[in-house]
Amino acid sequence: MGVNRQSATPALGQGGNGVRAEAKRKKQSDRLFRYATLMPAVIALVIFTVYPMLNLLQMSVSTITFAHGGAVWQFTPLANLAKLRDDSVFLATLRNTLVFVVVSVAIEMTLGFALAVAVSALGRFKGLIRSVMILPILVPPVAIGSMWKLMYNYNFGIFNQMLAWFGLGPVGWLSDPNLALVSVIIVDIWHWTPFVFLILFAGVEGLPREVIEAARVDGANNWQIVRKIILPLMGPAIAVAFIFRSILAFKVFDQIFLLTSGGPGTATEVVSLLLYRVFFAQNDMGYGALLSLVVIAMIVAFLLGARRMVAGRA
Amino acid sequence: MLTLNGRELWIGYALVIGSALAIVAPFLWILMTSFKFPIAISTGALWFSPTGFNYADVLFGARSDFPRNVANSLVVGAVSTILVLVIGTLSAYSLARLRWARWVGRLFLGWTMLFNTVPVLTIVGPWYLFFQQLGLYNTLAGLIVAHIIINLPMTVWLMMTFFRDIPVELEEAARVDGCTPAQAFFKVILPLAVPGLIAAGILAFVFSWNEFAVALNLTSRMTATVPVGIAQFAQQYEIQNGQMAAASIISTIPALLLMFFGQRFVVQGLTMGAVK
Repeated sequence: MGVNRQSATPALGQGGNGVRAEAKRKKQSDRLFRYATLMPAVIALVIFTVYPMLNLLQMSVSTITFAHGGAVWQFTPLANLAKLRDDSVFLATLRNTLVFVVVSVAIEMTLGFALAVAVSALGRFKGLIRSVMILPILVPPVAIGSMWKLMYNYNFGIFNQMLAWFGLGPVGWLSDPNLALVSVIIVDIWHWTPFVFLILFAGVEGLPREVIEAARVDGANNWQIVRKIILPLMGPAIAVAFIFRSILAFKVFDQIFLLTSGGPGTATEVVSLLLYRVFFAQNDMGYGALLSLVVIAMIVAFLLGARRMVAGRA
Repeated sequence: MLTLNGRELWIGYALVIGSALAIVAPFLWILMTSFKFPIAISTGALWFSPTGFNYADVLFGARSDFPRNVANSLVVGAVSTILVLVIGTLSAYSLARLRWARWVGRLFLGWTMLFNTVPVLTIVGPWYLFFQQLGLYNTLAGLIVAHIIINLPMTVWLMMTFFRDIPVELEEAARVDGCTPAQAFFKVILPLAVPGLIAAGILAFVFSWNEFAVALNLTSRMTATVPVGIAQFAQQYEIQNGQMAAASIISTIPALLLMFFGQRFVVQGLTMGAVK
């Protein structure tokens, strides 16, 4: 379409009907563009997220078996609820997930914050540290799982070798039920502290220098500056890192799948692993759907709470 | 900023250098393992004569599926990234600038937020049944669709923050000069958003390359991707540690390339949404 200056200056208003028709046509093309840009995403989301999520509702009241290469649905509304009532693994899973999320996120936040302040205060190696810290975030989590699986190995892993130097061990990092969850949490801390660092470092570097200078002139020591000035000013960045990390930690799957597959027993079984097991190892689509709905309901509750928390801070 | 002195300075250095070493060490360990013969791995020898055996076996071994895994990952990553950029950028622009009623934006962002927050395995179950009906199960096309959907929320949010940074006056000027909205977008706004497109594209490709939970359950031998291939080395009756290490090292190549050449965009992409 050619450039038409007249249509853009209707205020001169001599054209009468022609101008009005032109304006109407323009409005229609505006409207068309508006819909054409948003609709592909909306259609994709409706078909591949809204519909499957709604499908969960129907699945959760069904028993689905596979025969002749197709799925056979039976309406059995109470069977899955009964399974949920008697499912002790689900409770253990929730407990493990809760411990995993709380412990790893708390340590990652503390370490990430300390590191961000330290790197910023030292003022050296900023580029180098940032390069190093990006690496764990970009590497496939499965590769991280296999990396740590080798290091935790009972016979030849580096940790048991180091213990042997002091005449200790060997320790069953991944096979001892009391230790496995801790081992898995250590991997998560290694994996995600860098992410917290990157977000908080961007925050620290963006702080107004004058405020900190003023506090120093007034005689505040470093500890006071960190606690009374940096920490409160970083509130929003900390909240964002915290929420991001909590969500991702709750979803953890890849590394644990590689390291322990939820074992020994149910020692490291987390929500995603349980869903995987029910859906794809036990092929119990109906009960898997019910568990999924329970998990989604808990997340909605968390999101509403998180929104309140962010709103409260702002 | 803070001025450290005396003991604080030492603590600062210890923390920073210690963390950097802690991050790097596991990479060195697996790199070392990948160059060991199985016997050297199982004795935990720290001194050994390096061998390319594991790499040769993973890449050229007659029984190895890994080359196919790499090819699948590249195809799925490239195609899903291009498509998610197209769909995501258009919708981000639409929501950021084209004056939709408020509830439209809220509903869209709220839903994508919820979808992005729930464990992906809640939806892989229904996808499994749905994709079988559509004939997408165990196809690369199916995995491409899944990866588009998974990356869509991130792409939309990231591109929205980029579009919001571009002054409205530019579009208004373009419109006054007679551009249609489409022309204003493609000729004026989109060129300015190229850094955002690069950042979103890099992240989308990396997420697709790394993605495991969906690929594990919607593919099988011929359509499996790199992470699924790596997991197979770990799952076999006798864990193939050397091959697993070599395959893992190969899988980190995109990340290493990005660290050296695309770092600016990655940091921008990861921290942008967060800081604003």
